[in-house]
Amino acid sequence: MIEVTHRYRFPAAHVLRSDRLSDAENEATYGLCANPNGHGHDYGVEVTVGGEVDPRSGRLCPPEALDAIFEERVASRFGHRMLNDDPAFAERVPTAENIARAVHERLEEPIAARCGARLVRVRVIETRNNSFVYGDPR
Amino acid sequence: MSDPVRITRAIEFSTSLRLWRGDLGDGENRALFGRQAFQHGHNYRLEVTLKGEPDPVTGMVIDLKQLKDLLEREIMSRFDHKDLNRDTPYFEKDPPTPENFARVIYRILAPALPAGLLDGVRLYQDADHWVDVRAPEPAA
Repeated sequence: MIEVTHRYRFPAAHVLRSDRLSDAENEATYGLCANPNGHGHDYGVEVTVGGEVDPRSGRLCPPEALDAIFEERVASRFGHRMLNDDPAFAERVPTAENIARAVHERLEEPIAARCGARLVRVRVIETRNNSFVYGDPR
Repeated sequence: MSDPVRITRAIEFSTSLRLWRGDLGDGENRALFGRQAFQHGHNYRLEVTLKGEPDPVTGMVIDLKQLKDLLEREIMSRFDHKDLNRDTPYFEKDPPTPENFARVIYRILAPALPAGLLDGVRLYQDADHWVDVRAPEPAA
């Protein structure tokens, strides 16, 4: 089996704060990340696709198509934004876990439609020390 | 018996290529591959992962010196500072995309190693683009 991975980046701000918790509980739960004014990260996103290699082009997914999908569906939507203001995070806290799920949701359909490939997994790298995977295990 | 152990060794090599199909003309190749149809090069990084049971005496899945020599013989001597299109026989028809190149490497290494030992290869075209090939992989 074969998988192709592209790594992208987008910078974004967020606040970790749940409407279902009190201020004190939020601070106890999220610590520094609960700062109401926000903080930010250069998010790295590894997008892994699987499927069949097209015998003519030798490509599993045309790289320029994957780049365009990521730009349209993720970077232009979440990059240089406060994630808490985005409807994708209206019902869920923009933790990296939930960012991984949101990115997966936004990429799955266009990758199938425009690449004829399957989105296997998304890894969100929040810092050099912390990363989060949603999708199939290795 | 406990689970097998995976070990990974990496090598790096520098290679030129162009994405080109021998069965198409110049215009068709340029339309299909864009600027990739012009000769260029990459610093490839290859991670080779083996999976097996450590030998009860030596404690090793494989002698890493043996693996290093095998990678030198099978991969470095074939591809380092070569041109994939002109200096190797693998891309006369198929273009040397990272997908095709990773599969060529897998098919070279699988029979060169003790049976069943190769778990997979990861070929980095650069730090942000890579391809994994793992079993089951159809024979060439």
